[in-house]
Amino acid sequence: MSTKQNTGLFNKKLFFQAAKDSIAKLNPALLSKNPVIFIVAIGSVLTTIIVFTGIFTGSFSSFNLQIAIWLWFTVLFANFSEAIAEGRGKAQADSLRKNRTQTKARKLSGTVEISILATDLKKGDIVICETGDIIPSDGEVIEGIASVDEAAITGESAPVIRESGGDRSAVTGGTKVLSDRILIRITTEPGNTFIDRMIALVEGAKRQKTPNEIALSILLSGLSIIFLLAVVTLPAFFGYSLSASGLPMSQNLTIPVLIALLVCLIPTTIGGLLSAIGISGMDRLIQRNVIATSGRAVEAAGDVDVLLLDKTGTITLGNRMATDFIPSEGITVEELADAAQLSSLSDETPEGRSIVILAKEKFNIRGREVHQLNATFIPFTAQTRMSGVDYKSEDGKPHQIRKGSSQAIQSFILNNNGFYPQKIQETVTELARQGATPLVVAEDNRILGVIHLKDIVKGGIKQRFAELRKMGIRTVMITGDNPLTAAAIAAEAGVDDFMAEATPEDKLRRIREEQAKGHLVGMIGDGTNDAPALAQADIGIAMNSGTQAAREAGNMVDLDSNPTKLIEVVEVGKQLLMTRGALTTFSIANDVAKYFAIIPAIAITLYSGKNGIGPLSALNIMHLGSPQSAILSAVIFNAIIIILLVPLALKGVRYRPVSANTALIRNLLIFGLGGIIAPFIGIKLIDILINL
Amino acid sequence: MTTLDIIQIILFFALLIGLTPVLGNYMYKVFTGSKHFMMSAFGWLEKLTYKIIKVNPDEETNWKSYTFSLIMFNLVGFVFVFLIQLFQAQLPLNPANLPNVSWHSAFNTAVSFMSNTNWQGYAGETTLSYFVQMMGLTVQNFVSAATGIAVLIALIRGISRKTTDKLGNFWTDLTRSTLYVLLPLSILFAIVLTGQGVVQNFNSYETVQTIEGASQVLPMGPAASQIAIKQLGTNGGGFFNANSAHPFENPTPFSNFLEMLAILLIPAALTYTYGKMVGSTRQGWTIFTAMTILLIAGLSISLYAEYSANPVFGHLPLMEGKESRFGITNSVLWSTVTTAASNGSVNAMHDSLSPLAGLVAMLNIMLGEIIFGGVGAGLYGMVIFIILTVFIAGLMVGRSPEYLGKKIEAFEVQMAIIAILAPSFVILLFSAWASVTQAGLSSLNNAGPHGFSEILYAYSSAAGNNGSAFAGLNANTLFYNLTLGIGMLIGRFGVIIPVLAIAGNMAKKKVTPSSAGTFRTDNWLFIGLLISVILIVGGLTFFPALSLGPIIEHLIMNSGINF
Repeated sequence: MSTKQNTGLFNKKLFFQAAKDSIAKLNPALLSKNPVIFIVAIGSVLTTIIVFTGIFTGSFSSFNLQIAIWLWFTVLFANFSEAIAEGRGKAQADSLRKNRTQTKARKLSGTVEISILATDLKKGDIVICETGDIIPSDGEVIEGIASVDEAAITGESAPVIRESGGDRSAVTGGTKVLSDRILIRITTEPGNTFIDRMIALVEGAKRQKTPNEIALSILLSGLSIIFLLAVVTLPAFFGYSLSASGLPMSQNLTIPVLIALLVCLIPTTIGGLLSAIGISGMDRLIQRNVIATSGRAVEAAGDVDVLLLDKTGTITLGNRMATDFIPSEGITVEELADAAQLSSLSDETPEGRSIVILAKEKFNIRGREVHQLNATFIPFTAQTRMSGVDYKSEDGKPHQIRKGSSQAIQSFILNNNGFYPQKIQETVTELARQGATPLVVAEDNRILGVIHLKDIVKGGIKQRFAELRKMGIRTVMITGDNPLTAAAIAAEAGVDDFMAEATPEDKLRRIREEQAKGHLVGMIGDGTNDAPALAQADIGIAMNSGTQAAREAGNMVDLDSNPTKLIEVVEVGKQLLMTRGALTTFSIANDVAKYFAIIPAIAITLYSGKNGIGPLSALNIMHLGSPQSAILSAVIFNAIIIILLVPLALKGVRYRPVSANTALIRNLLIFGLGGIIAPFIGIKLIDILINL
Repeated sequence: MTTLDIIQIILFFALLIGLTPVLGNYMYKVFTGSKHFMMSAFGWLEKLTYKIIKVNPDEETNWKSYTFSLIMFNLVGFVFVFLIQLFQAQLPLNPANLPNVSWHSAFNTAVSFMSNTNWQGYAGETTLSYFVQMMGLTVQNFVSAATGIAVLIALIRGISRKTTDKLGNFWTDLTRSTLYVLLPLSILFAIVLTGQGVVQNFNSYETVQTIEGASQVLPMGPAASQIAIKQLGTNGGGFFNANSAHPFENPTPFSNFLEMLAILLIPAALTYTYGKMVGSTRQGWTIFTAMTILLIAGLSISLYAEYSANPVFGHLPLMEGKESRFGITNSVLWSTVTTAASNGSVNAMHDSLSPLAGLVAMLNIMLGEIIFGGVGAGLYGMVIFIILTVFIAGLMVGRSPEYLGKKIEAFEVQMAIIAILAPSFVILLFSAWASVTQAGLSSLNNAGPHGFSEILYAYSSAAGNNGSAFAGLNANTLFYNLTLGIGMLIGRFGVIIPVLAIAGNMAKKKVTPSSAGTFRTDNWLFIGLLISVILIVGGLTFFPALSLGPIIEHLIMNSGINF
């Protein structure tokens, strides 16, 4: 999927589409899903009816008309915020849909190949794909190996390898085979493929309210009912006050004024923006190339407080690097470095290259051309478990240099009638204890020394973990290394805990233990053996490169297959919850100012003397121009603030990795205190404009 | 204000703070079933009680059974008090030969005392016999307070326990709070009060010659015992109509001081019990601090209003409706404390308070009686606001909201909203009803906004289970007896049932261990947040109504008009 496309708020096409959609969303069936906005809509209808009856009975009021117009705008702005959030998802869905062409599938029926429509494929069917074929549906490679272009879903143009068995067997419908031939067993029913689900998710078509969203909706509806009570009882209290001040009942509050008061008090800001916040949270994940199977998962990500992280790829670079040469007795370090470099010149593995670089940096031994030395490179194989070179020295004598694990070199040297010194064995043991990998170098029948290969911890990862700790998240490193090695790396990376020699069962057990203690656990995995742990974890992110089993088990898929994604996913979850809380606080804090605008305005005549200005005008601390302009200003502010906050709802509040307390103080100052002050300024400004 | 006034206020709060951990710790032992010194005195009585009511004290129940027991117990209490009033003329201990009470007044009084409101639509000494006062009202004074404590204890268990559906045993909690907390404290307090001159006898009313030669009937009766529990149990229903302004109920400045302290004693100490039971006394002190700040704020406004110049009377402090024996400071401190704490006993006429002091009294009640509040009831009401605060602000730390490790989810929010909605519903709708019908308006004795304040105050008092009155309103009518009675029921059980439901649901949850990412509920920031939510969510609902009552009255008074 292309994530680079312009999905900004000011994309013209999106904007107009959203404007159109916000009118379509006036459909009562859709509106009723959002109780707060539904109340506003009912108010708008009532006010409009009153305006029109006013026209026919000759008591037309332009004030009522303006109220009606702004109430409608309040509803439309709320609809617009939802429409624009959905629109951004739709744009992404459209680009996905282009890839889901009506392909033909080459189904294997027994041994006969038949051509059917991809959409007719059933779970369990077997299809053939060859160079140039689009893979018709999700499935698992059961035979062969192929390079596949997955740009359709990942946006990444570099092809990936998919092969039967192992952890890279899953293929996705809509991706394209670039070379070779594979047999695929279809694993999903039609209409439920990965791309189908992605489209549904980004479009928000199947969007269900998440648990926290439901709770928040209940709160907002509850507050609306409370304020509804306050407003419907007001005419009775007002009537009492009118008769007590000797004023006629005809001066009692009109329905448009009551509706205006109600709409200003109920939490329309958050009510209008709530679904936009939810949709855009999902959207932010998609922009990071992570697909969540439900909104619930995104929310849970914010709550995760234990992360299980694989050492390789997440914490370390995944490759070991040579950091030192330790020569054997009677050998100079230069001799060792020279031999080590020679044996690694054609070694394209990262370890091999790091040896060449170390020799060059430390001893200034320049790289040489292997073929000039008449040397042949002996690559590493699983059988020999060593690599090296065979070359002829200037006197024409053949030599063999080998580097490898101490066991492999030991048998190599014994075969050559050499001697394996005790001292070397001690060095090897010592290095292993430090968490390093010792690589023994031998030439012919003598041991030259040991290369110190070290796991390199990713730059900046320690700081990242410190940030996570500040946020209250504990990190656990998972590794197959022995406990000594694991401990050394854990200390260097600054993780809180580690699991050495971890089997999939260990992982599962660990997750259960943490959950029993009340923690929420997040993990990322790829292999089939990760599937149980992914399913057990509260947030299980499967790498897209992983097996189908892993992808089914997790509740998110990372299209980039990047293990550090887990941390970003947690951040997106937290940001989503923060945005909701911030705008709720803002919305509720707004009420203070609105009271000070509306109450003095509606009650100005009560107990008034001859000048018609009653004592409650003392509450008009904003010195608003007239009662009518005060009410109108409050209603206008209430509508406009929704549209002004749309960008914030879509982008989310700024997220920083800080402790809960620091985040709270910051957000409270901006959205709590700001929420009290902003409407005072806003309403006053609008009032000045109206009275110009 | 004199220096002595200020010293007295400081002494009052110092004693309150000092006694909170002492009594709080004792109650912790009582409700967790640990050993304590009162067991040797009343242990046999506790065991006997369980034998008689055939209850196994260790058998715990889920929230539904707990609620069912509670409601059945209260229903029986209501029916009993209702019936003995209807037939008091035929019952013993009626030396003044008082007639049977009207059915609606009996309904109102029965509901009132069962619900810990102790609103009195009648005048005690001219309406109820000693039998009704003792067997009906005093008993309810104890058990309605004990009911409130039981609900709170169940809620605390719901919060502090994990993955269980058991909340405890209602009968055990009820028995223990009565026998070990309310009874010993009341006995002690009654003795001290008798020493100060509060009457305690079964004599007939005495007729005496006054100095001017007129004859006056002096009511007698077992007052001290009822006054002790009316203060301690935040009941507030006076033995005499003048309540604690009556010299036989509240004879000396010392008795006055103690009676005020007694109002807040148990509600304050329960915050400590709360903290101890949830495993962090800091949590308890946080709640205590928030309550104290709100109380002192209200007190300051009231004192300012009472002492500042009144443009109508010139520059005299307002002495109308106050006992000259106590003066302004003691009257205002009492009015603030009694409304904050859902007590409702009075030592001055709230009707005569300056508009702002009246506003504070009313707002204290409208906020939901959570500033210390009724015994048990105040704290469980406060927890409702804590839940809302945690839910609204807790999201801002980027986690789904949790309180003391328990996730606050849709169910809790729903129940919390119901608990806040129930009293608001009564206050607003019933006041509106009363202010548009002849039945409601004909009871008014005052004109203008003050008359409206009287109506608003009456329904607030009922809904908040406070029981104090603005007076000036003749509430012993069919209309008021019924609507206020129903209001008290909604205000009581419309909160208790959701609270117990929350307790039941929270007990089932797992506890998330706290970390740096946890929203903290035990620091100054939270206190500030909690107070803001209480004022905005709890208070703004009533702002329009209040502006048409005490606020407008205050503004008018400043321009020289009085009602």
